[in-house]
Amino acid sequence: MANKVYAYYPGCSLDGGAREYDLSLRRVLEVLGVELRELDDWSCCGTTPAHTVDHIFSSALAARNLAIARRMGIETLLVPCPACLIALKKADYYMADRTFRERVNALLEEPYEGGIEIKSALQVLYEEVGTERIEALVRYLFPDLKIAPYYGCLYTRPPKIARFDDPENPTSMDEILKACGFQVCEFEFKTECCGAAFGLVKEEMVNRLSGKILSAAKECGANAVATACPLCQQNLDLRQAQIERLEGKPFRLPVFYFSQLLGLSFGLSESELGIEKLVVDGGGLLSSRRQKAA
Amino acid sequence: MTLGPADRGFVDEVRRESGQDPSNCYQCGTCTAGCVYTPFFDYPVNQIMRLLQLGQKDCILASRAIWICATCEACTARCPCEIDVARIMDVLRIMARKEGLVSEKEVRLFHDTFLKSLRRHGRVYEPGILFGFNLRSGHLLRAADLGPTVLRKGKIPLLPKGIRGKTSIERIFRAYEDRIG
Repeated sequence: MANKVYAYYPGCSLDGGAREYDLSLRRVLEVLGVELRELDDWSCCGTTPAHTVDHIFSSALAARNLAIARRMGIETLLVPCPACLIALKKADYYMADRTFRERVNALLEEPYEGGIEIKSALQVLYEEVGTERIEALVRYLFPDLKIAPYYGCLYTRPPKIARFDDPENPTSMDEILKACGFQVCEFEFKTECCGAAFGLVKEEMVNRLSGKILSAAKECGANAVATACPLCQQNLDLRQAQIERLEGKPFRLPVFYFSQLLGLSFGLSESELGIEKLVVDGGGLLSSRRQKAA
Repeated sequence: MTLGPADRGFVDEVRRESGQDPSNCYQCGTCTAGCVYTPFFDYPVNQIMRLLQLGQKDCILASRAIWICATCEACTARCPCEIDVARIMDVLRIMARKEGLVSEKEVRLFHDTFLKSLRRHGRVYEPGILFGFNLRSGHLLRAADLGPTVLRKGKIPLLPKGIRGKTSIERIFRAYEDRIG
């Protein structure tokens, strides 16, 4: 494990609006001794806009990156964004079929012949690093935080391609957060869709759907949400003021990246985890910090 | 609603392109029950499946539902007949584009604006997509209320970051365009 090197595919969001996910994840993995090598000259996976145009085309946009990982001689590609993750996994999955693969490769400068394992950051942390190693690094506890663990759609779906955790009731993030000493609520909206990338086109629809998730988080007793998806985070956090106006009630729920919460429990500073980039302020929630008994 | 004559060629094309057999659907409604977009659809997803079995091409391809579907994959994950319903919805969108029957033009415009940014830079540049979409849709102030927060939080890079291998991206777009003619 200690010697394993992962190719890292940040994706466009982590290079833009989700900077704090990138910052916090890199720091947390560094502390855990997980070595990353950023995928050389990676390009956008194509995500939803590409797969509504054509499946050969969308697979080519994704597979360009898989071919680069292959060239770098690294077996596992670590992908923090679930939208990128599923685009890359789908390309790999459908390209197992020779005819499909040949049609995709005809569009590529550098063909992809398979052989790359694609894993989310959540999966690597849960299955390869493991909760024991995570727990061993915990230095601080935050007893006031009550967290609703929100996974979103694509970590576990579609099951035949995602091949990770339970599609209806995933628990990997719950267990990672519990290992860090956080209180984790029984949250029923773990895998409900937040409205995805429709924010610009169908703002009210997204706000209604994200509002249901925030309401469910409140109802289960949470005072914060943990997420592992840039799009979910943006919909729940950046749009929270819009949602509050639409629903006519306050939520005031900070929406953390799960990597930020890990970093906080490891004793990393708020600034190196990009906590100040969150729109909804955690307020006094983080001030309950106390040292974990040895 | 009045049904038109069944277009069997359409059903065969969906079957071929999606690798799924629509006739396996027995209308249990599980897909619709789990679909958070049902309140926003003109036809719930189980009705899309039924209309597909009946070969109702124009009705389906002109529906709003296929464009509001976000590919959240809940239907696929839950179908007791193991039909990849989301894959079928995707194939229907692709066909609607080809046939010029897209009902939700702004959704398509968003996708096209996104792909334009990807083609130009190799990666997508979020502010570019926002401005491009607003300019072309005529909704100049869409999401403007979020602007000050996004700026204050330093959430947007000032300039797009291009990649070195832009020619390889252009090649993918060109090869695709050549293939469809």
